[in-house]
Amino acid sequence: MAAIELRNIVKVFSDKRRSRDLLTLDNINLDIEANDFVCLLGPSGCGKSTLLNIIAGFEQATSGRALVDGKQVESPGSDRGVVFQQPTLMPWLTAIDNVAFHLKLRGVGRTERYDRAMEFIDLVGLRGFEHHHPSELSGGMNQRVGIARALLMNPSVILMDEPFAALDAQTKLEMQEELVAIWQKRRCTIVFVTHSVDEALVLGNKIVVMTRRPGRIREAVNFDLPRPRDITSPEFNDAKRHILSLIREESTRLARAS
Amino acid sequence: MTSVTDVSPARPSFRLTRALRGLERLVVPALLIAGWEAFARSGVLPPALLPAPSAVLHALGDWVFGFDETTQIYSGHWLRDALASALRVFGGFALASLLGILAGVAIGWSRLFEKTLEPTLQMLRPIPPVSWIPLAIIWFGIADKPAIFLVFLGAFFPVLMNSIHGVKTVDHNLVRAGAMMGANGRQILTDIVLPAALPSIFAGLRIAVGSAWMLTVTAEMVAVKSGLGYVLWDSYYFLRYDIVLAAMISIGLLGYLSDLALKAIMARTLRWQQATTVQGRAG
Repeated sequence: MAAIELRNIVKVFSDKRRSRDLLTLDNINLDIEANDFVCLLGPSGCGKSTLLNIIAGFEQATSGRALVDGKQVESPGSDRGVVFQQPTLMPWLTAIDNVAFHLKLRGVGRTERYDRAMEFIDLVGLRGFEHHHPSELSGGMNQRVGIARALLMNPSVILMDEPFAALDAQTKLEMQEELVAIWQKRRCTIVFVTHSVDEALVLGNKIVVMTRRPGRIREAVNFDLPRPRDITSPEFNDAKRHILSLIREESTRLARAS
Repeated sequence: MTSVTDVSPARPSFRLTRALRGLERLVVPALLIAGWEAFARSGVLPPALLPAPSAVLHALGDWVFGFDETTQIYSGHWLRDALASALRVFGGFALASLLGILAGVAIGWSRLFEKTLEPTLQMLRPIPPVSWIPLAIIWFGIADKPAIFLVFLGAFFPVLMNSIHGVKTVDHNLVRAGAMMGANGRQILTDIVLPAALPSIFAGLRIAVGSAWMLTVTAEMVAVKSGLGYVLWDSYYFLRYDIVLAAMISIGLLGYLSDLALKAIMARTLRWQQATTVQGRAG
């Protein structure tokens, strides 16, 4: 049984103001194995975030089913950790209270909360900043808090929606390396949405290329280049060429159609 | 956080500069008072119509401490009058805050309350609180109750409007993040929506405390026989403009102090927000 099973997922948004329907996801079928690091790659507006939101339970598919560990997704839950595009931390809580928020909701006492949260603060390298508020931390640090918060719930899958898109190039590289290290250390299933071919190739061991609207799966590419990955190696470039050709085919097809 | 214009503490003239900067603020009020004093003493207007600042200060001093009975029956009674007004303000404001926050959060949070409760409240809102005075007197008589009722009316709507706004504009993604971490409906309300709405609710409370002072004085002019507003109106009948002005100063001062107190509570509660303000420094 795969960790995540997507069966014939269709999502139609109804645009009430223009009284027409918008087909966003068209018959998505995908199996994601446990401990996979899957990157959903596609242009803006291809529905990759919508697909992630359906797995997270924030949105419902118009038809089709999403299963996580064999159970149908109906609502958001702490078995699926989500890292948002913006850190989306509670601004009135300190870093450690944000990380431990899940435990607070479950009524865990303060000492135990802080003990467990500290482990994840350490994991993302934020020791010394645990009592800072989000407004006192940089964008990259806040995104680390967001990752620690998702990891603390010990979810079976972690869903990440372009979490590094708002970071500068150097911070982004550091965060990518750290994320891979965390994934190798903790062995969890990650679904990572991105529009950057390089990012997908640096992170994923499976890259799902999606087409422009309506979103379909163009091809799921397995990519087992050993880590740390050398982004200048011939193998990396071969894979990049292949994925770029998939994207290019798609755009010429669209150009011809229009 | 320091801005580029701040003088470094290492400079020896720092203390002097700061002292001078403090004086800077006093220049305009000092000139105004000096001009007023000079004009009042020049005799263009009879002193009864425009008392000099010194005369007002004298009246205020006697009203507070009762040293020479220049304020006659009010001599030494300031504390009693101020307390009477303050208690009305506090009573009406507390009631308005409680109900305003409760109703505002309910309307902002639940479609049902929004549909059933909000239209009625929004229809009552444009009615000036003062126009309730005749009814308030019939219902509650001449005592504290009509004043508290008026204060409540004036303070309720700013709290209500800001609470609704605060709850409605909560970042939807924070609610999603909460649901992702397993929060149930009640926890989303108490642990996410309420704290997120607090800055807006406090803004409403600060507007409300100002309205509360305005209305308690209005009520005391017509519906109550004690308090700073009553002294003000009563002194007007006896043409004691020095006491009228002393009462105005007292109201202004107490209103300012209530706002300062509220600001202090707000600064403590919203400490997390301080680093995000535009200037990021105290004052």
